[in-house]
Amino acid sequence: MTDIEQPVSSTMLSAWEVDSKVERETSHLPAEWEMVIGLEVHAELATETKMFSPARNHFGSEPNTNVHPVCLGLPGTLPVVNGKAVELSIRLGLALNCHVQRCVFARKNYFYPDMPKDYQISQYDRPLNINGWLELASGHTIGIERAHMEEDTGKSTHVGESGRIHDAGYSLVDYNRAGVPLIEIVSHPDIRGPEEAKEYVAELQRILIAVGASDGKFEEGSLRVDANVSVRPAGSDELRTRCEVKNVNSLRSLGRAIQYETQRHVDLYLAGDRPVQETRHWDEEGGRTRAGRSKEQAEDYRYFPDPDLVPVDPSPEWIEEIRQSLPVLPRERRQRLVDAGGTAQAAALAVERDLDQLAFDAMSQGADPERTLKHVANNLAVDGAQTLDPSNFAELVKLETGGGLTATQAKQVLAEMVETGNAPGDIAAQRGFEAMESSELEGLLDGIIAASPDEWSRFCEGEAKLQGFFTGQIMKATKGQADGKEIAKLLAQKSAG
Amino acid sequence: MSVRTDSVNEGAEPESSRLSREDVAHVASLALLELTDAELDEFTGQLDAVLEHAKDIDALDVGDVEPTYHPYPVTNVFRDDVVEQLDVHDAALAMAPEAEDGQFRVPPALGEEP
Repeated sequence: MTDIEQPVSSTMLSAWEVDSKVERETSHLPAEWEMVIGLEVHAELATETKMFSPARNHFGSEPNTNVHPVCLGLPGTLPVVNGKAVELSIRLGLALNCHVQRCVFARKNYFYPDMPKDYQISQYDRPLNINGWLELASGHTIGIERAHMEEDTGKSTHVGESGRIHDAGYSLVDYNRAGVPLIEIVSHPDIRGPEEAKEYVAELQRILIAVGASDGKFEEGSLRVDANVSVRPAGSDELRTRCEVKNVNSLRSLGRAIQYETQRHVDLYLAGDRPVQETRHWDEEGGRTRAGRSKEQAEDYRYFPDPDLVPVDPSPEWIEEIRQSLPVLPRERRQRLVDAGGTAQAAALAVERDLDQLAFDAMSQGADPERTLKHVANNLAVDGAQTLDPSNFAELVKLETGGGLTATQAKQVLAEMVETGNAPGDIAAQRGFEAMESSELEGLLDGIIAASPDEWSRFCEGEAKLQGFFTGQIMKATKGQADGKEIAKLLAQKSAG
Repeated sequence: MSVRTDSVNEGAEPESSRLSREDVAHVASLALLELTDAELDEFTGQLDAVLEHAKDIDALDVGDVEPTYHPYPVTNVFRDDVVEQLDVHDAALAMAPEAEDGQFRVPPALGEEP
């Protein structure tokens, strides 16, 4: 039994695809071509119940236990909108700078056993959120066309000899996921490469989690991505035929799928051919995309307004209330640390670890930004780091930068601070950590020089690798308590005469 | 209001027929219905008559009129996000023509997944 594969007709493989088994993920397009990518991201909303029924929204339950007559599509049932799902969708819309508007649910009609009603309730010509944007760390802004509400489908598992859908055999259907609330975020085709696509999805994931709209877990299917991909001559503004690549289940797959598909388009154009507008499925193992059915047929869903549901018309007061309750978004949190003197990379890591407030508070109390963020990066990926007192943290960094503690000592003191909550000065005193006076160091070095006169003269003549020898000797004599920077300074002074 | 209807409205079909036999055959195939030639003729005529009836609206300029998405002037009918766990698992599976391992057993596929 295998998870169902997206259906593929082997007769539709072109000669190009059969010949092209080369791994392409590391290649790049020729310079005269440019990628044009738009992404559709589906995120499951973090509600207790489903979009239109009070059945539980929960991943990993026994099959068909989180079901209800509404999500089973039984005759005579009526859907009722989950207000929390609307609120979470508005939260995301506002975080993406969207206009939030009066909206309507529509039926998307198709036959597939994962939808017992034979239609999916979605939004079509009147979505909830429109015209937003998302700014990446690179400063590039990606336009958001819409972010609309819909319901998820059930999960079918094919049982058959090879697990492929067109084999004989049958499917087993679990409706636990059917009706789980989704938000679909559709970007403009503003993305220009696989790395940027990954950055966009990663940032969107951070925002979804930050505003509490979704848990954003790829591995549980809470987050799924379809990529609309085309290429064009670099610098032109035309939009050429695009293919929609589905079945992309991780950031890594997304990058690989885009690289493969854009190269396929370029190869077709260079061969005097052209791509056909169609849905293609990413084959993770084969490292390639495969043709599904033609777009023309796929798009004929005969949408119409769902007569069972009245419009959703969020009042300006409600929208404002939600706006006021939004947290500071990841982008602003990173920017705050950068403005306070951190590097972009260190700031991103601090936000990722949810330690940016601690770092910012410590920096506000005079702690050196670089040292502070270095501790966040290297020494605070531990439980309880969030409970650190910012003043104590600032005090520790100041002790270290003031020469009162070496880097090694600071690390040990910090670990104990996280464990006990004690002040850094007390811990250092208890452990007997005291700054070694430079005169003390100098005396030590004089002794070492006397014991190794040959090495010393070679060092003074420029044999730089002997710096390590002398540093090691001093560290050994002080049991690692000396400050490496002080040693380097002293060696430089002394060897210069 | 749907895509399909819009394209029919814009079409170059003459006054006499707003809906072609091909349109009906196409919609029937999307609905997985097998129609005989005689049925296609019959339904094309009937469906065309329905559209003909609605055509009266073309006489009016409705450019400024908000489309009616729902007949009731009601909005924002919401439910609280509270779980109502019904133990319908066995009953639901008992209604299914076939079940296996607590799941609904169905033929491989009726068409392709969208």
